Amino acid sequence: MAIETRPSAVATPPPTADARILGMICRNCRRAQPIGLSYVCAACFGPLEVQYDYGVAARTFTREAIAARPPGIWRYAELLPLEVPPVRGLPVGSTPLTTADRLGPVLGIERLWLKDDTRNPSLSFKDRAVAVAAARAVEFGVEALACASTGNLAGATAAAAAAVGLPAYVFIPADLEPAKVDQALAYGATVVPVDGTYDDVNRLCLEIADETGWGFVNINLRPFYAEGSKTLAYEIAESLGWRSPDVVVAPVASGAMFTRLARGFEELVELGLIESRPLRFVGGQAAGCAPVATAWAAGTDVIEPVREPDTIVRSLAIGNPADGRYAVQLANESGGSIEAIEDVTTAEAIRDVARLEGIYPETAGGVTLAAAAAARRRGVIRPGDEVVALLTGNGLKTPDARWLGATVGTLDGGRVGPGQPGLTPVIRPSLSAFEAWLEGGAA
Amino acid sequence: MSLVRIPPTLRTATGGEKRVEVAGTTVREVVSALVVAYPGLEAQLIGQDGDLNPFVNAFLNDTDIRHLEGLDTPVGDRDTLSLLPAMAGG
Repeated sequence: MAIETRPSAVATPPPTADARILGMICRNCRRAQPIGLSYVCAACFGPLEVQYDYGVAARTFTREAIAARPPGIWRYAELLPLEVPPVRGLPVGSTPLTTADRLGPVLGIERLWLKDDTRNPSLSFKDRAVAVAAARAVEFGVEALACASTGNLAGATAAAAAAVGLPAYVFIPADLEPAKVDQALAYGATVVPVDGTYDDVNRLCLEIADETGWGFVNINLRPFYAEGSKTLAYEIAESLGWRSPDVVVAPVASGAMFTRLARGFEELVELGLIESRPLRFVGGQAAGCAPVATAWAAGTDVIEPVREPDTIVRSLAIGNPADGRYAVQLANESGGSIEAIEDVTTAEAIRDVARLEGIYPETAGGVTLAAAAAARRRGVIRPGDEVVALLTGNGLKTPDARWLGATVGTLDGGRVGPGQPGLTPVIRPSLSAFEAWLEGGAA
Repeated sequence: MSLVRIPPTLRTATGGEKRVEVAGTTVREVVSALVVAYPGLEAQLIGQDGDLNPFVNAFLNDTDIRHLEGLDTPVGDRDTLSLLPAMAGG
């Protein structure tokens, strides 16, 4: 297929005096530039982010106004980088915040809440970021929506593209979990497996994005994409009755969501919707790919990339995280930590939350819960703290991961049969067979 | 001469050229020669410590130089150096 070269930046008119969205600004050198399909500062190569006039936003962004709005991320429209919510798109957000009274004691945490983002439209939190990126992509008139993905983004991008009526191109490491690949295919995406790690895929997509003008949600649409994750903070605060908890625990891959959570809470303070109080941020990474946790433990914010990630936690297997240094800084400045979790511990945490709370997260959720326990042991989480843990993806996407290190509780001594692990032996369809099985110690 | 691929953000400084050829036996020498040939690139590529700006990732034949020998990585005549923004997200 020939790749046509298209202009890389499509600019919209400059803001008026009354504008809520002021434009984009470089996070590094603070140089401003107009809103457009661009993501890198022309002066210093730093990342661009969207800049708001919070005074304008505050005029309509009140607790009462928000309460009257329908569910979903667009109830927080004043703090999202679109002039008006999109006409087309999936119903994303307003996921439950549930107490975890049974799991809490297992992790050593008395007051634990779970933010259940396993139930977004494509079964992960990525729907939040992609909804915002896709809406902007439509405005910019891109030919296609695309992404470099560790899996969850593949499904989210493919689903959003289907909803807004754009072709989708999804680039993934060739050895990704089959369930995630199949999900993207189901939504009609063109899935391009790449023989390499996620970081190889990402580097390739940076070059493709530059040459095609396709809307890569996590590359040239990244300033908008990243903003979508802030809605997690808004929803947590609203669910708690407009206040922040003591600790938020979240997975760290690129570090973008982790840092935008903090931004979301800061914005709510700035707009007067919640009180300013200390809030610690704890991040979780898989020990087999933990460049951010390693830097945090070493007391530096210089990230040494991991070349060959070795973990079942594919959704967090980014060896070269763009926002890693900001994630380390956030953990340090807030009094939090970045924890590295072994895969067997991750799998155990998945089994625990599923059997105790009825929520089945994918591997990143297991990392997050284990990170909460690790931060509790470290003393970063203290007795009596109110803790919110983010379960960012659904376990149906990583169906085999939870068995790692498990002793399978079957009647015949833990032997895993030819079918599904964890099942009891097959019984004949008769009451006597059932009774014999029950007497054998099934109950 | 080795080839350097220039991303769109930097092409103003190279007069629109996507690929330029410069001489050098290490990544450091190639980057230095590039900045001499196109002085407009210096502010974008070079950080305060004289090394590469932390927001710039350099890839020699598609491998991150941090996985090789960094700026001291040897560069041959047929090698291609790509300069890309530090950007990743699952």
